[in-house]
Amino acid sequence: MARMKFICDAERCIECNGCVTACKAEHDVPWGVNRRRVVTLNDGLPGERSVSVACMHCSDAPCMAVCPVDCFYRTDDGVVLHDKDVCIGCGYCSYACPFGAPQFPSNGTFGLRGKMDKCTFCAGGPEANGSEAEFEKYGRNRLAEGKLPACAEMCSTKALLGGDGDVVADIFRNRVLVRGKGSEVWGWGTAYGRPATGGPQQAKPEGKKS
Amino acid sequence: MMSKCTTACVLCGAVLALSACGEKTEGAAKKSDVPAYQGSTGPSAFVANGWKAGDQAAWEQQLRHRAQAQNEYTRTPTQP
Repeated sequence: MARMKFICDAERCIECNGCVTACKAEHDVPWGVNRRRVVTLNDGLPGERSVSVACMHCSDAPCMAVCPVDCFYRTDDGVVLHDKDVCIGCGYCSYACPFGAPQFPSNGTFGLRGKMDKCTFCAGGPEANGSEAEFEKYGRNRLAEGKLPACAEMCSTKALLGGDGDVVADIFRNRVLVRGKGSEVWGWGTAYGRPATGGPQQAKPEGKKS
Repeated sequence: MMSKCTTACVLCGAVLALSACGEKTEGAAKKSDVPAYQGSTGPSAFVANGWKAGDQAAWEQQLRHRAQAQNEYTRTPTQP
């Protein structure tokens, strides 16, 4: 299996925040923590586009590189996860992440920053798959139930795609080819880097620019 | 009277000083994660049909099949 990836089709995202709601509901994410959010570019202007953003489960994750306690790990499916029992809540990952994925609940004493929380690609954490301990810390483990992330599966316009990188890239590429545009704002290259900038080699969608 | 007070203070200090000895050491060792294809220990009602826990190939096939639900072109009669 290829690596698990998300890609958001900016031509389709209608900023309904359904993905955000699905994520919060599925994992009982506390107030103040948004594992996923919708970012709108050129809000209110012609050409406005929205993109649903969360942890992109980078192949060369900067959060993993800067963590002083090495609490991050990558599963065989390419999902970047972390161990909350090891995390010290220093926030270095937050500064390193270009997507603003790491979140910190401010519910400790004197507003102390809590342990980092982020999108798990609905793959839980190091605790036993589907256990209560895993749910308490990381939320549901849908991958272990044979399902894909809740945000992608319930997206009403199917703008947010999630799953095996090869399958997801094929679906997105097909769309771009059919409509002749749509990878300019947030394409595979923007999300995961182009080959020239050190990103993984990916087939570039051939489409007419809008 | 003075000596009793001093003894009490010393005892209190000793109790406070030794209280940290009872703290559990936090294990910083990272736990290994069980692969998702091994299945979930949670309620079976939440587990999707069409694959068997422990069968990696079946799990991968299940996810590929599920990912195609995001592809509306597979639902239309003619492929573009």
